[in-house]
Amino acid sequence: MLSVENVTSSYGRVEALHGISLHVDDGEIVTLLGANGAGKTTLLHVISGIQPITSGSIRFQGTPFERLAAHVRVALGISQVPEGRQIFAPLSVADNLRLGAWSRTDDDEDIATDLARVCTLFPALKALSEMPAGALSGGQQQMLAIGRALMAGPRLLLLDEPSMGLAPNLVDQVLAAIRALKDDGLTILLVEQNARAALAIADRAYVLETGRVTLEGTAKQIQADSRVREAYLGV
Amino acid sequence: MAELLQFIFSGLTVGAVYALVGLGFTLIYNASDIINFAQGEFVMLGGMITVFLVAAGVPLPLAALIAVGLTTAVGLALHRLAIEPARGSSPVTLIMITIGASIFLRGIAQIIFDRRFHSLPSLFGSEPIHFGGATMLPQSLVVLAVAAIIVVLLWLFMERTLLGKAVTATAANRLAARLIGINTRRIVDFSFAISAAIGAVAGIVVTPITLTSYDVGTLLALKGFAAAMLGGIGSAPGAVVGGVLLGLIEALTAGYISSNYKDAVSFLIILIVLVAMPQGLFGRARIERV
Repeated sequence: MLSVENVTSSYGRVEALHGISLHVDDGEIVTLLGANGAGKTTLLHVISGIQPITSGSIRFQGTPFERLAAHVRVALGISQVPEGRQIFAPLSVADNLRLGAWSRTDDDEDIATDLARVCTLFPALKALSEMPAGALSGGQQQMLAIGRALMAGPRLLLLDEPSMGLAPNLVDQVLAAIRALKDDGLTILLVEQNARAALAIADRAYVLETGRVTLEGTAKQIQADSRVREAYLGV
Repeated sequence: MAELLQFIFSGLTVGAVYALVGLGFTLIYNASDIINFAQGEFVMLGGMITVFLVAAGVPLPLAALIAVGLTTAVGLALHRLAIEPARGSSPVTLIMITIGASIFLRGIAQIIFDRRFHSLPSLFGSEPIHFGGATMLPQSLVVLAVAAIIVVLLWLFMERTLLGKAVTATAANRLAARLIGINTRRIVDFSFAISAAIGAVAGIVVTPITLTSYDVGTLLALKGFAAAMLGGIGSAPGAVVGGVLLGLIEALTAGYISSNYKDAVSFLIILIVLVAMPQGLFGRARIERV
């Protein structure tokens, strides 16, 4: 589905990604682990087209992707739930969700079907639909951010730290939702600081350190790796 | 009493124009963080283009329409040719570009048109209407009506259309807007176009009352900016209320103190707002939870 090859990217003169290669196959949950500043968010922004790529290539369903504008990428099926949720605070929950479908050109009916699906996945959103999104709690905002990204009808969902700042029971709820999405056939690239939780639902994992992939494997292999256990799982 | 009413009438009329200029500032600021100091030139262009087309024999309604169209094109060109190439620069740099554009447009207007004052015929004649001992020009009512219509249309657009909500979304969170597939560059284009069109309309309807010339934009931009600041920069209702208040304060100052101080009022208001209440009357309340 997605293949990233030798991607480098810089902020001004400082190179943040030094030749990253990874791939995400159809129907997988792949997780990116790593400390703050390892380049996880930068990589997601490169994939979404928010952060410019310096060299390397990105293919999505076999077609080169790296020179397309961000809004074109969304229309092609890559949707991102950004770090810190970034909901449209002054707009209502319903408007946030409706805007999620901005790039779609299919029927209103299909969009309504997806809206119903999002409301089934996150029943709380339905009750709050006329509230300004800024007044929601952190957990509700996270659900809204995921719901909004789903409204774009993505094939690949990029999730950046969906559990950040949430109470433990909410973390479980969000992770269960991610798993349900996978069961529905969605492909997911998940960035998480909470390595234990991420590895529990992921098929494969990559470990990023200062802009390089230092380790990759199945979730089981990564979980068993002594370096990972020490650095990210605190065992 | 009649005197006070007279001041209020004239205050409301100029206030409506300041409100429209302030709205132009607000739209562009929300979409792009830029304070567009060429906003006043849009008003000037609306008036001047109409004046010269009418002088060339074009009927007034058609001339007005062409003027709005051309000014809108100038607004778009300002974004595409001057702002967009400098994308990524600091807002201060971009604001300086708009000041440059304002000087440029004034210079061009001076060459294409001339340096004299011009007027337009009033829509409903110039026979003053008497009311409670005060008089009001019929054109003042036109200005107020047009301003009210623009405010209502803009409000409906923002509240009732998906495109309007995309504009609000872009203003609220540009990163998220891009991530859901909104072409934010188009949204900024659109804001410049709408601001220019609103400015042009204001320039056309006010010309029969205040006259126009190549350099009316400078002072109008400052007044409109003061209106937007007073209302709370970034707030559309704030710009409208700020504009009307500024018009009233100006008219009352001119009437009861001295008309010499009329223009100083805006600057005084800018200073007071900056020092005492930087968020203005309708500044964004932070209700977001993080």
